[in-house]
Amino acid sequence: MNVSFVAIICYLLGISAVVGLNAVILVWLERKVAGHMQFRYGPMEVGPHGLLQTLADGIKLVSKQLVIPDKADKPLFLLAPVVSLVPIFAAMMPLPLSESVQAWELNIGLLFIIALGLLNTLGILLAGWGSNNKYALLGGSRAVAQILAYKIPLLISVMTIIMMSGSYSLRDIVLAQNHGWYVLYQPLLFIVYITAITLETNRSPFDFSEAESELVAGFHTEYSGMGFSLFFLAEYSYMFIAAALASILFLGGWQGPWLPGPVWSLIKIYGIIFLLMWFRWTFPRLRIDQMLSLGWKILLPITLVNFLVTAGVLAL
Amino acid sequence: MMDCCHIREVVQGFFSLLVGMRVTMGNMFVKPHTVQWPRETAPLPPGFRGHIMMLPDEITRYPKCIACTACARNCPSQCITVTGRKPAGAKKKLADCFVLDFTKCSLCGICVESCPVGALDFSRDYALAAYSKDDFNRMNLLEDLVSPF
Amino acid sequence: MKEQAPTYTLEQIDEENFALNLGPQHPGTHGVLRVILHMDGEYILYADPILGYGHRMQEKVAENMTYLQVLPYVCRMDYLGALSYNLAWVCAVEKLCEFEVPDRASVVRVIATELNRISSHLLWWGAYLLDLGAFTPFLQAFTDRELILDLLEYITGSRLTYCYFRFGGLPSDVDDVFLTGVRDFIEGFRGRLKNYHDLVTGNVIFYHRSADVGVILPFDAAGYGLSGPVLRGSGFAYDVRRHEPYSGYDRFDFEIPVEETGDCMARYNVRMAEIEQSMNIIEQALNTIPDGPIRSKVPKIIKPPEGEVTMAVETPRGELVIYIVSDGTKKPYRVKYRVPSFSNLSIFAKLARGQLLADALAVLGSFDLVIPEVDR
Ligand code: SF4
Ligand code: SF4
Repeated sequence: MNVSFVAIICYLLGISAVVGLNAVILVWLERKVAGHMQFRYGPMEVGPHGLLQTLADGIKLVSKQLVIPDKADKPLFLLAPVVSLVPIFAAMMPLPLSESVQAWELNIGLLFIIALGLLNTLGILLAGWGSNNKYALLGGSRAVAQILAYKIPLLISVMTIIMMSGSYSLRDIVLAQNHGWYVLYQPLLFIVYITAITLETNRSPFDFSEAESELVAGFHTEYSGMGFSLFFLAEYSYMFIAAALASILFLGGWQGPWLPGPVWSLIKIYGIIFLLMWFRWTFPRLRIDQMLSLGWKILLPITLVNFLVTAGVLAL
Repeated sequence: MMDCCHIREVVQGFFSLLVGMRVTMGNMFVKPHTVQWPRETAPLPPGFRGHIMMLPDEITRYPKCIACTACARNCPSQCITVTGRKPAGAKKKLADCFVLDFTKCSLCGICVESCPVGALDFSRDYALAAYSKDDFNRMNLLEDLVSPF
Repeated sequence: MKEQAPTYTLEQIDEENFALNLGPQHPGTHGVLRVILHMDGEYILYADPILGYGHRMQEKVAENMTYLQVLPYVCRMDYLGALSYNLAWVCAVEKLCEFEVPDRASVVRVIATELNRISSHLLWWGAYLLDLGAFTPFLQAFTDRELILDLLEYITGSRLTYCYFRFGGLPSDVDDVFLTGVRDFIEGFRGRLKNYHDLVTGNVIFYHRSADVGVILPFDAAGYGLSGPVLRGSGFAYDVRRHEPYSGYDRFDFEIPVEETGDCMARYNVRMAEIEQSMNIIEQALNTIPDGPIRSKVPKIIKPPEGEVTMAVETPRGELVIYIVSDGTKKPYRVKYRVPSFSNLSIFAKLARGQLLADALAVLGSFDLVIPEVDR
């Protein structure tokens, strides 16, 4: 933990750049993927193939008035997007993009990130409660209801990986996959994990807290301008973190032939993000109770059985 | 506990999701069906109904309308105002004012069909935009034609 | 539902329940429908649809217009199935005045109406999936719907609010470009329909969202006066095209798709099967289209004899009945529309009770409501 103050500032700046750039790219990518899956072009006008569209939208959002609804709980309302966004800066620190590119080598990095990931739900709950809007409240309460359903399978699958690698440190987990990525040993777990992170990032088919055909815009119904864009930023950053974790846990992080480590990391991360987008533009939304039974009746048994079998095999 | 029926259902469900994903992936490799307006435009079919317009007489180039008011009377929304008089030395009446209130028009085509001399037709004008509604609620259809008066 | 209606008002919200105002602007209500939901958490205790935001006095307006002038107004009621309304009004007046319609005109009417029915069902397919949270189907359906609109635009001149049929026939003939276009479309669309089923019908999430949701028992279906695919989803093989044929539908050989279960899945399957039946009808019509005149001689000013007429037509949403009383003048004395969406909506309050919000919106979507038609 011998990190100097200056270094932390530098890392924070670097991470801010990653967060911002990532959001710009992902929003553009999402619109492009959506467009082409629906026989459209997506954004085409601002910049080559609409590359600068997100930037233009960002400027528009920033310049908009932040409307605070009457009778809203003002402090909570303003705090919610910040609560949602800030943990990202901490959560990105232990993520290794390669053996050397890592802000902070933390020996419990995995737990650290998963714990911080929960704060996103807190942000959503605050937004739902603070908006003084019933749709927002329903969205916020849905977000809380789904935590247990995905966190437990998620944690058990992470435990399985920890058991195999013998470390909580993300760097060690990657290094432990020298002889073969864990996805080859644990394909079923990989599927469960992807399902869980889709749930964690609130993306369709599990976008219950937004569910625009039911709840208008869910927890961010009342947000405009900057508040809205902070939620957007948070959503895409959580996608990045979740995909990065998936690539580290299952796909061997930066490992790969020919190309340098960070490139491999980014390829894998964006590959998984593409997968999440692909889900979003293909599937209808589940119902909230179906999601709960998916979590408890399908994902949990799979991970538990998998955990026991892995433990047995490792003990032999 | 999970019996094997349950497991089969889960596996089948999982594969049905893959089938759906195949379709959307296939969509990505199809050329988009949209056109990038205004750089490209979709073709306009021959029977396109734009706002109505007045046709000129082939020889005299005057408006064909003889101001019989059949169109104005038949229009369901009363959007046509037409008056006419005899130009000096002529035997027939000709329209001297033909105003269309396009904001009310439903493009039904009844006026075009009811005209005894076939003076009306649909234009092919589709990119209509203006800063004020006045541009549309008093459209003078005789504007671009040669006036007999 | 008089006996069970609790006496909540918007103000009387206690600690446990709350009232949720769904609409008139809400992405899930497809128009200006407003539903006040009394909710206990995510469960609906009581749903109260409030209509009339789009009321345009269609029936009263018709009393002040000549028969011809009403024509474009009727089509504005159901903007997705405008040609069915067009057909209904034209047939009603023709029946009242006993006008003849040439064969070719009847067949072209059938082709155009069935194309319109397919396009309406396609839009419903996309919108229903949008209600369930899937985005791509909407635009997938639009790609094919767009082709139909192109075809219809070719003959009618408009893309949505058609006003094409006239008393005694058609205003303009169709040419070979249109007929071959329709043939090509049907051929291509039959192949593409497989993608639709792959993307949605077999999808496990879709299955669980639709099966056993919003079950309408046959008893209720008959009692509430439901019609169209909603009725056929509950086990009644009733289709006006078969039971009271008009415009020469008795010449065509088609099946009436029926499902027994009465849930959203049944209504979905009925509509999907109807798309195929419509294609069958169009194909038969294309093969048997006669040559000849397209419009019979009708007087310029229509003055029907005194009397009344009832005309039922199967629109994409169900049975539309137009009832006209004529007093022998140029204008109808009284016009009454019995619209399918209105009757279909009437059972929503009953179905929504005790359901999750998400299911209630799925049920609302499965009815294929067009709100201007409900409000007229
Ligand atoms: S198209 Fe119909 S509404 Fe428009 S001016 Fe002619 S008759 Fe009137
Ligand atoms: S019906 Fe024809 S001739 Fe008569 S007033 Fe109208 S445009 Fe002129």
